[in-house]
Amino acid sequence: MIQLAGKRLVQMALIMLTVSLLLFLAFEADKYSLAGKVLGAYSTQDQRLLWLEENGYNAPFVQRYFTWIINAARGDFGESVQFATPVSKLLKDHLLNTAVLGGLVFTITVSIALVLGVLSGIAEGSTRDRGITVLAVITTSVPEFASATILVAIFVFWLDILPGTSPFSNGLTWSDANQLVLPVMVLVIYNFGYYTRMTRASMAEVMTSQYVRTAILKGLPYKRVIMRHALRNALIAPFTVMILQLNYLLSGVIVTEVFFSYKGFGKLLYEAALFGDIFVIEACAMVAVFIAVFSQFVSDIGYTLLNPRIRFS
Amino acid sequence: MAKPDMSTPVLECNNVSISYYTRAGEIPAVVDFNMKVMPGEAVGIVGESGCGKSTVALAIMQYMGKNGDIVGGEIKFMGRDMRTMSEEELRDIRGSRISMVYQEPMASLNPSMLIKEQLNEVLIYHEGISEEEASKRSIEMLDAVRLPDPQRVMDSFPHQISGGQQQRVVIAMALLSKPQLLLLDEPTTALDVTVEAGVVELIKDISKQFGTSMIYISHNLGLILETCDKIAVMYSGEAVEFGSVSQVFDEMRHPYTRGLFNSIPLPGADRYSRPLVPIRGQLPLPHERPTGCNFGPRCDHFKDGVCNVEALHMQDVSAHLGHQVRCERYLNIDWEAAKPKAVAGEAISYGKTILQVKNMQKYYEVHDRSLKALISGKASRFVKANEKLDFEAREAETVAIVGESGCGKSTFAKVMLGLETATGGEVILNGQEIGQITVHKRTPQMVGSMQMIFQNPFETLNPSHTVGSQIGRVLRMFGVAKNKEEALEKTYKLLDLVKLPRDFAMRRPRQLSGGQKQRVGIARAFAGEAQVVVADEPVSALDVSVQAAVTGLLTDIQRERRTTMLFISHDLSVVRYLADRVVVMYLGQIMEQGDTDDIYSPPYHPYTEALLSAVPIADTSITKKHIVLEGELPSPMNPPSGCPFQTRCPRKIGAVCEDELPAVKDLGGGHKIMCHLSEEELRAMEPVIAMPSDKKKKAAAAANPGRAKAALAAASIAAIPGVDTPPVPRAKTAAKIELTVKKAPPKKAAAKKPAAKKATAKKPATGKTGPERLKKPRGKADDLKQISGVGPKLEQTLNGLGFWHFNQIAKWRKSDIAIVDDELSFKGRIERDDWVKQAKALARK
Amino acid sequence: MTDTTAEQTNTPDSNSGLKKFLSSFSLLRESWVGMIGLFLVVFWVSIAIFVDLLPLQDPLAQTRGAINLPMLTEDKKGIMHWMGTDDRGRDLLARLLHGSRVVLFWSTLATIVAYSVGMLMGVTAGYRGGWWDEIISFMGNVLLSFPQIVLLLVILTAFGPNSNVGVWMNSTLGLGKTVVSGALIIVAITFSTAPQVARIVRGIVLDLKTRDYIAAAEVRGEGPLWIMLVELLPNARGPLIVDACLRLGYVIITIALLGFLSLGLPPPDPDWGKMISDGRQWGYNGLNIMLWPALAISSLVLGLNLLADGLREISLRD
Ligand SMILES: Nc1ncnc2c1ncn2[C@@H]1O[C@H](COP(=O)(O)OP(=O)(O)O)[C@@H](O)[C@H]1O
Ligand code: SF4
Ligand code: SF4
Ligand SMILES: [Mg+2]
Repeated sequence: MIQLAGKRLVQMALIMLTVSLLLFLAFEADKYSLAGKVLGAYSTQDQRLLWLEENGYNAPFVQRYFTWIINAARGDFGESVQFATPVSKLLKDHLLNTAVLGGLVFTITVSIALVLGVLSGIAEGSTRDRGITVLAVITTSVPEFASATILVAIFVFWLDILPGTSPFSNGLTWSDANQLVLPVMVLVIYNFGYYTRMTRASMAEVMTSQYVRTAILKGLPYKRVIMRHALRNALIAPFTVMILQLNYLLSGVIVTEVFFSYKGFGKLLYEAALFGDIFVIEACAMVAVFIAVFSQFVSDIGYTLLNPRIRFS
Repeated sequence: MAKPDMSTPVLECNNVSISYYTRAGEIPAVVDFNMKVMPGEAVGIVGESGCGKSTVALAIMQYMGKNGDIVGGEIKFMGRDMRTMSEEELRDIRGSRISMVYQEPMASLNPSMLIKEQLNEVLIYHEGISEEEASKRSIEMLDAVRLPDPQRVMDSFPHQISGGQQQRVVIAMALLSKPQLLLLDEPTTALDVTVEAGVVELIKDISKQFGTSMIYISHNLGLILETCDKIAVMYSGEAVEFGSVSQVFDEMRHPYTRGLFNSIPLPGADRYSRPLVPIRGQLPLPHERPTGCNFGPRCDHFKDGVCNVEALHMQDVSAHLGHQVRCERYLNIDWEAAKPKAVAGEAISYGKTILQVKNMQKYYEVHDRSLKALISGKASRFVKANEKLDFEAREAETVAIVGESGCGKSTFAKVMLGLETATGGEVILNGQEIGQITVHKRTPQMVGSMQMIFQNPFETLNPSHTVGSQIGRVLRMFGVAKNKEEALEKTYKLLDLVKLPRDFAMRRPRQLSGGQKQRVGIARAFAGEAQVVVADEPVSALDVSVQAAVTGLLTDIQRERRTTMLFISHDLSVVRYLADRVVVMYLGQIMEQGDTDDIYSPPYHPYTEALLSAVPIADTSITKKHIVLEGELPSPMNPPSGCPFQTRCPRKIGAVCEDELPAVKDLGGGHKIMCHLSEEELRAMEPVIAMPSDKKKKAAAAANPGRAKAALAAASIAAIPGVDTPPVPRAKTAAKIELTVKKAPPKKAAAKKPAAKKATAKKPATGKTGPERLKKPRGKADDLKQISGVGPKLEQTLNGLGFWHFNQIAKWRKSDIAIVDDELSFKGRIERDDWVKQAKALARK
Repeated sequence: MTDTTAEQTNTPDSNSGLKKFLSSFSLLRESWVGMIGLFLVVFWVSIAIFVDLLPLQDPLAQTRGAINLPMLTEDKKGIMHWMGTDDRGRDLLARLLHGSRVVLFWSTLATIVAYSVGMLMGVTAGYRGGWWDEIISFMGNVLLSFPQIVLLLVILTAFGPNSNVGVWMNSTLGLGKTVVSGALIIVAITFSTAPQVARIVRGIVLDLKTRDYIAAAEVRGEGPLWIMLVELLPNARGPLIVDACLRLGYVIITIALLGFLSLGLPPPDPDWGKMISDGRQWGYNGLNIMLWPALAISSLVLGLNLLADGLREISLRD
């Protein structure tokens, strides 16, 4: 167990290192163009050279990379060109907002998906199952920016009961909570379908397994068969996949934030990308990858804990 | 629970029909099925896969899944039709009064629940007792199914115990609530032979111990013989024959049953004394069954206008009480003539030595990445998959390599074929060392000269390509065919060779049956000028009636082409039919090798002896020594010290077996045994399988026609000095010599004499008065088996006790019954009152 | 030896590959979900192919004074705009239908490229195992640990049309702006999609590789390339066709999304994603502009997903 965790942590570190190297190569290998990006298109050649000299960019590549990575590990990603503030501070504020949105979405999505998935997997092939499956296919076919459009049309322009953007100009306050409704809805609608189908598949498989048959033919009450024999085994796989999917959820969150002008991590990254704010992009990418890798770690450990076949071997 | 009335059957199936509903429409999986199971009785259902055995079992449990339905008839449990029961009532019955044991023990246990919970819940829900009490009962039951250390098993997850133990747990689970009826659906098919033997032994005792009626489903006639009193033979969704075991085994009246017996190999016979006769054709699919008799298209006795007119019904066989068949013409068939005849053996002249394996070793390195291993510096260990293999094979010879799973058979095949290289030693093919040359470095001609036939017919051919293109590719690869036309021409020739129509070249594998695919596999192996063909269990996945045909074809081709064949198998009965020499392996090492006849007769290696005794034999005339090995197969990752077999060997001498690897003893004629037992001790062994070939026994059998087995048993007792004629209880048990299998604890082992045998003959309770007993009547004895509940085994026991006639039993009084009950060492199993009633009825006739 | 030639099957004669492929579509008839999917896909594909033959306005022509018209209105010239016009007075119906060609062309191309790369990686990793597997899987894991959008943003900002690479492609290679953007998008999508494909293929191959027919091929001395391409891949096609349908849907979403984020193909070619972001600036007046492409993308992707579902259902049946 500890051994597995250790192994995974090493893998995590390796991936993070590789990612950082790739990012560094992509953005900072060509230091002249970097200087151009930082100082703006209208800076002179001399200004750029001076900037490079001042910021230690004339050191060998490897040394630069290590300085950068060590600073990054300490949370120092440099200063945003666009906002002229330390990247770390920007990140902190935006990440918090994203965590609120993401956490809300994840909780709601998982709850809906588990209930619907189990209901549909228990009775594979029934009308209920088909209904839920089709619903899930339809909702996963509508990408976030499309469903956002449709929902805005309905709730903002037609019914006029919700705000069409979520800037939270006064910070995250309860009074503005209605600004969260549409982003959350958009993300839940797009994501619950996949989660549901996964839960359904797992549940349906377990329901046709021989040990569930054994349990039924042992004369156990139906409730016990489902609750004790089927559910636990059926939920192992979806649980781990759902956590792995945090990665994809994050993608959706970015789009949704952009659509609704929600001041989160995604919006920060997107605007940095449009602006060419290199240090912010680097930091955001590192953070995003860290979240993904860490969720993978959690999912692996969780799987091991949930599955006695692996736990005891 | 109140004792049920002993004269009502526990289960009665009347005209049951079961269908599955699929996209293609209704599939009648089982039609017009009848069966009666009396209290304490064990009924077998035998048939090839897909004939509807499992469907019957699930129908009895009233569990037909989503797309199945019982469409007709009634299934009465203790007199009540289960089809009219509510879901609630069914739940009460399931698991408590009828329970079931399944084929795949691992799959039928919940992987994420402790065994403790899975056992206890049966009692908690059916009997409403407390957790502690349930645990207590569960432990007792685990003990009763002879699981060592029940407490540990209780606290384990299913994957933490071995397959044999899992199956015992499943059986314990089924027995917990003392059911009246136990259904066993192929309970040992997934197990290794020696492990199977132990489980079968247990099943046999269940009814004695618990008085449970059983329905035992199997495709293996030998297992049915060992466990059951009555048997139903199923073919293509119908029961075609039903009767007592002796009726069906010795006096069968259905051509399919006859065919089945003719096509299965018996370890007591070889290809000359009793050649295999396959049943031609193949099982019809459920929706393609012919009118009239389903077996018609494959039956040698088919008569137009009689057999194909209308659906047949079960009819009573005249003069056989309780024996039924579904055949219109059974009276017109000469049943003696239908038995296979011995043929004269052709002498095979073996050629020069083609293959030499000298001290071949194959180790796999496994990396242990655990912290402990890293610290102790043992991060990599070696699995000795093959250790010092040493044997030869000559031209036109078939060498069988026999052993249970994990013994290194497949690894050996891989080295031969160049998929792996040997770690040490030599493999010499035609004077050239090939053990170190991978297949990619071999010349096409070398590759073609060593080919393989695979086990699983469903995987042996690539589903994406036609049969023709796959054979053609091989021909081109080996340089046998230069161009397309030539390849096609040769493909046709090969199809002819394996007796398949030429247009099969155009077909895709999924359009072929299992046997046909296997034939294509054979054709492919012989496509090059194969000198050595390695056949890895080529027929074990096929249905019995097809096995014979494929085996026959394979040996015919091999003989004709004078190819050397290495035949890998776990089945000693098949091996006897086709091997010239046998190599017995255990945990990567050769335990014994020699000519086939040497292997099947003493001296044996103790492992071979156990293996032979574990083979179920579908022949009532054969007596077999019973050796049940203790424990499980050790893992090759962690083999025992000294002799590999020492952890399970019933003849273990003592410390020397644990400490030293035995030397190989040459007993002459190439017969080699690796064991510490001295040559004298080895030579003193008795045959495991005794056939009624002995003159005396034959005479005895003749004196009692039709009862060969009983007579044989009696005769062999007579041969044991000190036990004389008057009533000997449990005659048959006495005839088979039981070896003590319990190993003594290692320290004491040294003191123990190796061949500790004891005959378990009990002295009869002669002192008591009681029922009238007779010596063996000179004339014909009555057929006691006509009393329902008396099977062949019981009959012998009764004979042994001195009961030979119905009128003896008809005269029993209550006190007599009590005395007999005492003498029949299994109580509660049979309702003796009912015997008296039936005996009276029979005596009146 | 008794003759056993009678062991026959009465299954029909073999099919050609094409026939089988078509027959799997005819099987779709039994799955109404699949049928609806097939209908939607065929609808959009035929529009994409035959859009030039339809009596539509010029999708690029701007009509002055006919800006942001609501649907079903005629402009001053008396031309009917069934769906209205956009912020430059271009006919929305024409843009929407022409947009299908752009979307389908680039997404199909990207999917094919990503799939080929992914399959190659997956088969190699699965069949060769050992170091090959370690390296390929690690590379895949690195790429997969980026949330997809982040990866796309990183690639397109670092190497986008305005970066050194983009400029080089444009000037030195003389490629048009659209081609440069398209090529970069394909590369970006390949980076984010191929590892997923590889992972699936690897799983299938690991399973198939234990089959006896693979051992049979090895035993007769086939090389790894033959085994991978001829023996393994054809048997993986069932699940891969299903997956490819889903994947194509996902790529369509991605390409539209890039358009929406203004990282997609350059204007003025109609691009559904770009249309949505254009409409967004106009608030209520732009609703018309946004809604149609949103529905178009959704229906096309829905079609693919339903089709995949139908195909999967069929493949599970036999
Ligand atoms: N769930 C099912 N749906 C459709 N057909 C089935 C199903 N289960 C079994 N069958 C068919 O019913 C017949 C009998 O099967 P089964 O009872 O499993 O045979 P056995 O146990 O003797 O091998 C076979 O033709 C099999 O294909
Ligand atoms: S009924 Fe006819 S075809 Fe069927 S088994 Fe009897 S003799 Fe053969
Ligand atoms: S007697 Fe000893 S050496 Fe011989 S098989 Fe048994 S344990 Fe091995
Ligand atoms: Mg079965």
